[in-house]
Amino acid sequence: MSHVSSLRCKECSREYPVEALNVCDFCFGPLEVVYDYDSITKVTSRERIQSGPNSLWRYADYLPAEHNPTVDLNAGFTPLLRSRGLAERLGLKELWIKNDSVNPSYSFKDRVVAVASAKALELGFDTIACASTGNLACAVAAVAARGGMKAYVFIPSDLEAGKVLGAAIYNPTMVSIDGSYDDVNRLCSEVADQYPWAFVNINVRPFYADGSKTLGFEVAEQLGWRAPDHVVAPSASGAMFTKIYQGFKEFELTGIIDDVHTQMHCAQARGCSPIATAYQEGRFVIRPVKPNSVATSLAIGNPADGYYALKVIEASNGSAVITEENEVAEGVKLLAETEGIFTEGAGGVAVMGLKRLVETGKIKSDESVVVYITGNGLKTTELVADVVNPLHIEPSVEAFEIAMAERMGSQRSE
Amino acid sequence: MAAIEKVRFTFLDRLIKEPVIYRIGRDYDVVTNIRRADIQEGIGWVILEIEGEQSAIDQALGWARSLGVRVDPAVGDVVEG
Repeated sequence: MSHVSSLRCKECSREYPVEALNVCDFCFGPLEVVYDYDSITKVTSRERIQSGPNSLWRYADYLPAEHNPTVDLNAGFTPLLRSRGLAERLGLKELWIKNDSVNPSYSFKDRVVAVASAKALELGFDTIACASTGNLACAVAAVAARGGMKAYVFIPSDLEAGKVLGAAIYNPTMVSIDGSYDDVNRLCSEVADQYPWAFVNINVRPFYADGSKTLGFEVAEQLGWRAPDHVVAPSASGAMFTKIYQGFKEFELTGIIDDVHTQMHCAQARGCSPIATAYQEGRFVIRPVKPNSVATSLAIGNPADGYYALKVIEASNGSAVITEENEVAEGVKLLAETEGIFTEGAGGVAVMGLKRLVETGKIKSDESVVVYITGNGLKTTELVADVVNPLHIEPSVEAFEIAMAERMGSQRSE
Repeated sequence: MAAIEKVRFTFLDRLIKEPVIYRIGRDYDVVTNIRRADIQEGIGWVILEIEGEQSAIDQALGWARSLGVRVDPAVGDVVEG
């Protein structure tokens, strides 16, 4: 049973019915889902959650849509791994890695799309759509294929073919748009206004965004019903970052975990860092930027939830950190070499952001830390293509031994 | 063709003193309706609705951009990773 009571403007608090709406008619502020927490508290318990499915739907009491198997790809409930190699490298005693790169279409977007698509069906839509440069397109196309829904995926025409393959394979209607990043944004806003579709991150965005709360719920459950001292998460629109914290706070509010003291740290890449720049300049006004980053999944120049991400940082006594563009691939490689997890650029941004937070003393060695890895590296292999450097030999043991000796010699001299 | 757009203007430094919204109403025959704003030292933004012929809106926004005003959709970017 849904415990949603209404939608509400985050700016002026006007209330709206639970429909496909995302903007307040009066102040154009974003709408959010309002829950009846008394009602949730009456039914929720650790046991009830643990007896639920091994997916994000075990937290259905806290979500704005009913579980609908038609569009369920079993997203969520991804591994939380205790780090050894990376923790040792960074000098941390309790580091955890939330590996959300192993979702059905290989990113955390499967969570938000799972909730958005279930809600879209409840609201009577037969078509879902999105504007994306990668992960979101994959998630929308996959869930539509699973649920027999029509899918429209809008992409910039200059996107590398490899990035769209993961979406194209599910056979959505893919629309490649000529023009600048701003042109693509504008067209998609206009299309969303004119067509009767569930545009997952536009008209059903309030429901979509709440799918990311499960990243907070899961970590709290997997840590043995507690929130960590620190979270480090990559951020683009700021929505996921704010919703992780909301997840912890909702568990606290409904009695599932004790007081939350988590400090939330947002990581962005230098080439697109409007949230982190505002934080570092000590202001709450986001200055939109033109994205120019190798961490393409974080390339949102005008982040819809940037202001709210800054408020979460303030409320949690957290921070924002910028990873230099030439460090992104280094972060990807560091995670792969120390933990066996191959992430995309956003993960590299988070790992190097974590490293900086430790170096600057914001995170102490004996504190518990969770770093969120939200996308899979196999979609963006060009970022780290230089790692391919095999021993190339003739088919003989002698050739192998010579090559090994040369390799070991060169490693010793480095 | 008549149209309505919801946009966010971001002004930096010297542009805060410019009557940009007044001028796009006067010079491009569009109706502007401010819904929310925040002006601080060195930076400010205004979220407004602009109504008029689509071509007039396009010209008005183009002129604002040429001055150095950053023009974005009021709801933020919709293209995600």
